[in-house]
Amino acid sequence: MSPVTKHRLLLLLPFTIFLVLLAYFAIGLTHDPSKLPSTMIDKPVPVFDLAGIDGGPGLASTDLTGKVQLVNVFASWCAPCRVEHPLLVRLAREEGIVIRGLNYKDKPEAAQAFLNMLGNPYTSVGADKDGRVGINFGVYGVPETYVIDKAGRIRYRHVGPLMPQDVENVILPMLRELAK
Amino acid sequence: MIPEIGHYALVLALLLAIIQGTLPFAGAARRNVAWMEAGRMAAYGQLGLITLAFLALMWAYVVSDFSVLNVVENSHSQKPMLYKVAGVWGNHEGSMLLWIFMLSLFGAAVAAFGRNIPPTLKARVLGVQGLIGVGFLLFILATSNPFIRIMPAPPDGNDLNPLLQDPGLAFHPPFLYLGYVGFSVAFSFAVGALIEGRVDPAWGRWVRPWTLVAWSSLTLGIAMGSWWAYYELGWGGWWFWDPVENASLMPWLAGTALLHSAIVVEKRDSLKTWTILLAVLTFSLSLMGTFLVRSGVLTSVHAFAVDPRRGVAILALLGLATGGGLLLFALRAHTLKVGGLFAPISREGALVLNNLLLSVSTAVVLIGTLMPLVLDVFGHKISVGAPYFNTIVPFLAVPLVLAMAVGPFLPWKRADLAGIMGRLWVAGIVTVAAVMVALWAHGVKPVMALVGIGLAAWAFAGALWEIADRVKLFRIPLSDSLSRAGGLPRGAWGTSVAHAGMGIAIAGMVGTSFWLTEDVRVMALGDKATVAGYELTLDKVAPDKGPNYTTEMGFFTVRVDGRVIATLTPERRWYPVARMQTTEAAIHTTLVSDLYAVLGEPSPDGKGWVVRLYHHPLVPWIWLGSVVMVLGGLLSLSDRRLRVGVPQRRANPVPPTMQPAE
Repeated sequence: MSPVTKHRLLLLLPFTIFLVLLAYFAIGLTHDPSKLPSTMIDKPVPVFDLAGIDGGPGLASTDLTGKVQLVNVFASWCAPCRVEHPLLVRLAREEGIVIRGLNYKDKPEAAQAFLNMLGNPYTSVGADKDGRVGINFGVYGVPETYVIDKAGRIRYRHVGPLMPQDVENVILPMLRELAK
Repeated sequence: MIPEIGHYALVLALLLAIIQGTLPFAGAARRNVAWMEAGRMAAYGQLGLITLAFLALMWAYVVSDFSVLNVVENSHSQKPMLYKVAGVWGNHEGSMLLWIFMLSLFGAAVAAFGRNIPPTLKARVLGVQGLIGVGFLLFILATSNPFIRIMPAPPDGNDLNPLLQDPGLAFHPPFLYLGYVGFSVAFSFAVGALIEGRVDPAWGRWVRPWTLVAWSSLTLGIAMGSWWAYYELGWGGWWFWDPVENASLMPWLAGTALLHSAIVVEKRDSLKTWTILLAVLTFSLSLMGTFLVRSGVLTSVHAFAVDPRRGVAILALLGLATGGGLLLFALRAHTLKVGGLFAPISREGALVLNNLLLSVSTAVVLIGTLMPLVLDVFGHKISVGAPYFNTIVPFLAVPLVLAMAVGPFLPWKRADLAGIMGRLWVAGIVTVAAVMVALWAHGVKPVMALVGIGLAAWAFAGALWEIADRVKLFRIPLSDSLSRAGGLPRGAWGTSVAHAGMGIAIAGMVGTSFWLTEDVRVMALGDKATVAGYELTLDKVAPDKGPNYTTEMGFFTVRVDGRVIATLTPERRWYPVARMQTTEAAIHTTLVSDLYAVLGEPSPDGKGWVVRLYHHPLVPWIWLGSVVMVLGGLLSLSDRRLRVGVPQRRANPVPPTMQPAE
């Protein structure tokens, strides 16, 4: 290849890379990250058994049966988690909802500091240090919240911080329905 | 009636944009002055019409016209006036209108200023601006019309997200957009130059003021956003590596690189192909940021309401603008002549290093931001958090800042590094002194904190010493030094001030990241707590009422050595319409550190409140440094060399003109 052709090809590189990126964006648009992969809905939660943080109670898949509850995936490094946290605390204290925490890719001491600071809405917390359990749940990003029914099956998944209207319009009605 | 006028003005603006996006190109190709002139007129007309549309929407907000859907969804009659106005851009539709308003502002500014730009290049630049305008006006009218009416009109609105009802955030989007959109001018200049097949030092000089305006605005916009996060989210974090923050950081990094490489084009007629590419990429990253934020492909705390139709539309815009720009680059860049040569150790070499590190940083942020999206396509779901960025960024930031102090000392073409380092001894002493002070105040650990403080001092002292060295401070009589300082080009001052500002900001980032003290406890009335030498007493917790919220306010008396120095009043607010709770931190600043107090929930036993107290050393410097950087940008912008134009090379040989003295 002559140096001139090589130079011309090099100039084409940014455009080529951009086309690849564009293709990803286009495919990404068809994947709504807030939709759970259909395979997980109505399936039992993945089997796991995680230790707690800072000596607190841990979380295992067996804890997720018998009662309608929420699993909230959180991390101390995640800013949106801080935004939704007061709402979780209110749900746990005022509505008496059982919320289990899945502490995703976090240092236990950082997670403990986070909970000390913002309040602890969780009945128990599993430390998912390497994020493996999160992956089995299909966690896309933190925070995420899952509704689990009495039989321990995943019924709903919310991606991103919970906002008051999500709770009023979706989560609470669903919990009431499932508790019947 | 007024919303309809706004809507109609947008349609007319679209028609003018179509004219601006076509006629000047044809005019430039045929050397038809009237057609080229039409682009200028269309740019003025667009500014007038879009201003009208913008004011129409603002009017609907100010008078709380709840027959307009956008106002219903984002406003409330009881909302304070400042947030009624800021509410105009606190939502998707309104912010797109702000975007296009900024674009028309820049379009008209290009038309009005830059008299010495060759008419064909100017016509093409305006043409490209016109095309961008067509794309975004179509987008607004087709998918995001803010003037849609609702029947019947509800009695009141849904209120703006309370987190956004904040003075810092009210002005954050306008500056951010001024930055994003400002880079469109650099993009248009690059595309124009590619069509013309010519980039010369004059091009570097024309594109620089626009880049400086955009960069300064973006810096201010990002700083405001992080300041807001600091005091509003209630724990003093100032940067989260959230996709939306990254979306603003990427154009900033690329824009900073562009700012520097354009100097090489201007002064040395070199790095031309690269600079053109950077100009295209910087604006593309701004567009991509818009796409990521608005399409919902990534989840984020900042993300707006998601509408897939909009995602497709913005993707199409991104594809056309960036794809078009890069394709043109691939086809035409070889026509640009390669310019002057230089040794690796030289001013040019330092600027290439700067560009290399900034580009890699941009790529790192880009990869971290897009990885979840890319892997999602293959069915893997991952999330990249702060740990990834915090691990990689220091490796790029350290050499960048080290070189930042040295670069301005290097002469063009080739330099003697050892000699230069010898001239930097003052900066070296300041660095050592700063590290010693940090050691004395905070101890050896963590070592990264000492490295960070050393870097900050090096950048700051190096920047100031560069000016001192130029004016031969202490080597010649002071009055002579002062007159030399007065004679230095503003651009040189701008460089020093901006670099010094970066040093200040780094010190702030390091201080609060490594030396933060925090204390979380339950306090009952009368309880005392001590944080970093401050004694806080909780005197009272009282309910209060704001215009559109109720609040619980804590009163803390702050004492140092028994002397009262401040009263802190953190709040916990409840916005009934939006049904959201927010915390309002109370901050006492001494300019070298902040005492930060947050009132939390009542404790479960009902006897006290959960209180969070923080001491953030050096944190105000993050924003102080950012403002200093912006001042540097503005100083540089005021350099008269940017206005007088470059001596042009004529076709007929003329005696060699003097290169302006550096």
